[in-house]
Amino acid sequence: MNRYPLWKNALVIVALLLGLIYTLPNFYGEAPAVQVSTTRTGVTLDANLMSQVESTLKDAAIPHTGITLDNSGVRVRLADTDTQLKTRDVLEKALNPDAADAKYVVALNLLSKSPSWLSHAGAKPMYLGLDLRGGVHFLLQVDMKGAMTKRLDSMASDLRIQLREKNVRHGGINREGDTITLHFRDAEGRDAARGKVEDTLPDLAWTLSESGADFVLTGRMKQIAEKDIRESAIKQNILTLQKRVNELGVAEPIIQQQGADRIVVQLPGVQDVAKAKDLIGRTATLEVRLVDQEAMISGNAEGLEVYPERARNGVVTQVPVRKQVILTGERFETAQASFDDANRPAVAVKLDSTGGRIMRTVTRENLKKMMAILLFEKGRGEAISVATIQGEFGDRFQITGQFSPQETNTLAILIRSGALAAPMDIIEERVIGPSLGAENIDKGFHSTLWGFIAIAVFMIGYYMVFGFISSAALAANLLFLIALLSLLQATLTLPGIAAIALTLGMAIDANVLINERVREELRNGVSPQAAISAGYDRAWATILDSNITTLIAGLALLIFGSGPVRGFAVVHCLGILTSMFSAVVVSRALVNLVYGRARKLEKVSIGTVWKPGTGA
Amino acid sequence: MEFFRIRRDIPFMRHALVFNAISVITFLLAVFFLATRGLHLSVEFTGGTLMEVNYSEAPNLETVRKALTDSGFSDPQVQNFGTARDVMIRLPLVKDTDSAKVSQQVMATLDKAEGPKAELRRVEYVGPQVGKELAADGSLALMLVIFGIVLYLAMRFEWRFAVSAIIANLHDVVIILGFFAAFQWEFSLPVLAAVLAVLGYSVNESVVVFDRVREVFRNPRKRTMTVPQVLDHAITSTISRTIITHGSTQMMVLSMLLFGGQALHYFAVALTIGICFGIYSSVLVASPLVMWLGVKREQLVKPPKQKQEAVV
Repeated sequence: MNRYPLWKNALVIVALLLGLIYTLPNFYGEAPAVQVSTTRTGVTLDANLMSQVESTLKDAAIPHTGITLDNSGVRVRLADTDTQLKTRDVLEKALNPDAADAKYVVALNLLSKSPSWLSHAGAKPMYLGLDLRGGVHFLLQVDMKGAMTKRLDSMASDLRIQLREKNVRHGGINREGDTITLHFRDAEGRDAARGKVEDTLPDLAWTLSESGADFVLTGRMKQIAEKDIRESAIKQNILTLQKRVNELGVAEPIIQQQGADRIVVQLPGVQDVAKAKDLIGRTATLEVRLVDQEAMISGNAEGLEVYPERARNGVVTQVPVRKQVILTGERFETAQASFDDANRPAVAVKLDSTGGRIMRTVTRENLKKMMAILLFEKGRGEAISVATIQGEFGDRFQITGQFSPQETNTLAILIRSGALAAPMDIIEERVIGPSLGAENIDKGFHSTLWGFIAIAVFMIGYYMVFGFISSAALAANLLFLIALLSLLQATLTLPGIAAIALTLGMAIDANVLINERVREELRNGVSPQAAISAGYDRAWATILDSNITTLIAGLALLIFGSGPVRGFAVVHCLGILTSMFSAVVVSRALVNLVYGRARKLEKVSIGTVWKPGTGA
Repeated sequence: MEFFRIRRDIPFMRHALVFNAISVITFLLAVFFLATRGLHLSVEFTGGTLMEVNYSEAPNLETVRKALTDSGFSDPQVQNFGTARDVMIRLPLVKDTDSAKVSQQVMATLDKAEGPKAELRRVEYVGPQVGKELAADGSLALMLVIFGIVLYLAMRFEWRFAVSAIIANLHDVVIILGFFAAFQWEFSLPVLAAVLAVLGYSVNESVVVFDRVREVFRNPRKRTMTVPQVLDHAITSTISRTIITHGSTQMMVLSMLLFGGQALHYFAVALTIGICFGIYSSVLVASPLVMWLGVKREQLVKPPKQKQEAVV
């Protein structure tokens, strides 16, 4: 008698059912969709937008199969790609009347066609990689001139502080183009200052000149220093991009330097161009400056830079700020939404040590004055926070105000996004065509299908009913593997499909081991029921050992692999785990179902069991 | 149906020396080819040139590919990029030429080819620094696999088994690499994955045999068998499973070879070689090694615990 306890049978049935549910979405395919999102702060994605989209489509008489709203925006599901393109154009026109100042991003996207009850159960189709579904490809140009200018600005302000501390008298420090100029009234003053200036800023090469009574010291960036700045700027930007892309949750992103000042970003599997662009394209820079309060009160901001601050009630205030940049984004280490001592929402900011030192000096000298955090996006600046300096502080401080927790969250994200060394522009953006992807899916699918059929035919021919059971267990393995991949949303690449095929080819080993053991027991004259039981029990130790060694190799690939190797390793490791369950537990359940109940089992169908000496 | 009707244990161990001589020769050949020819590494490891060209009307990719191959570019990968009229060409890095020159040569070739005229859109260049990182990661992964497997087998069996299994299977890896060097097949990241997967898979094979060895050693009825006899018996009683399992895996790999296209071709080739040599080495190399390392029954059979009898 071979019977499973009820819980074990239930386990198998539940596992198979879950496997089926999570595999299902893969069969429905994807429908073209249009997604409306925003890259701007202060633009909310709410039900109003949804009804606006709905009425726009109604006016344009475009049929759709559903509109959904979530955190990332409004999505409209459409029947075909032609309607998709038409919808995008219509929505673009309606939502962004001023193309130069686009509030929303309207992008093409794909949505799963699976019914909503599946989506609610968290069942999504597998996440396909760049080689299978196409993806986004960006080329970013780093604005090196901007980086250099900013660096010189901060050097000039450093110099100002240093010279004041050392009591060096001068007639003004300015940045002019790519140089820093110091003015003096006489040659003696200039000569006296020269040594100190050179000590303070060793990265600049200084030259003397004079025009009339104006004695000038001009500093120009040394070539080595310039190269350093370029390299660190691009490195910093790559790091920031990596962080941002991580937030996007892309499995195998490619972020590489290209040439002297370009960065290539490839996001496999991301059809959500809007989301990617939102994160990548927000090439913002951050500056902290003091607010010129006199100008703010008098309203006369002549000769000052003025940036708008958008309050939450929609009122825009113009904030005049001083030219001197106290800090730039690169000094910011973290910015997080938190709460202050009085439990009011706040943004906790941490600066690096240099930033902390500068901040301490500035706040000490400017108590009760106002400080603005400016965010520059695509050349347009905006004051995202204007606050009064309440006390002297260093590298850790909090920004408080009449914030809601959501607002502090947004502000924190904005500050983090501004932590880039140099501004960037997307100069190229492509979506990798799905033609090659579809071809690869097709090839991978056919490899697996025909391999599976060949194995099943052989197993059934060789082991008869037991072979059929083994094949069924193998099919269950495939089901579990696809369900698990769908559930985990691991990126499936072509090597991943190869791993599915290979794992299936390897997984049959366990069933061969079992079937051979059962035959061997029968050969030794053991009764069929006992042979089944002993065969499974004795094969188990071997199956475990051999799967663990395979798993060790798989894990090593997972840890050290990158790109295609990782895609392979993920599937391989998961496949080993599912195969142990399906080959042993599921196949045993099936064997029990077929033979387990028979009281007097004379014979099992496991192919010919040849016994030495019979000569059959 | 039963393939194997073996009446008596096959005396594998009697021919152990021959088998090991064969593996030593193959191994040395592989090392020779690796040393003299080296691996033909793919763009991922070496860096390379990537070009994007635009046609006024959709070109036949096969024609473009052929034109490039005929002009002496090795392994040009030609695929659509964005639309059917945009074509992306990947070329491996050629030493002593900068990417600008490569692009000029490609454009000249494309102009000569029949069909619509191509317009150069962009040239991309993949630097070699990425390759170094990949090579380092690859060797680290290999080390981890070796260490992990030796440790596990030493724990489950005995160090002699662990050492024999890993030696036998590393020699597989070298032989696969030897094939890739000898025929100058492209060694890409998926091939690397295949090689490491094969390593785990072949060890698998040795484990099945070793499991039997342990079982026979522990069987009180088979106490009279000598060590070579035990090994022969273990191999003979698992040979049917060995052939069937590997046959099944190979069917899957063959299917990949037939239907998987260019992208999976060398991956499947590496697996095929790995599977064939995996059978050979894990059965016919690992087992003699165990024997020569001096395995004994006592090492696997735990002495039965002496029952403490109450001493009055």
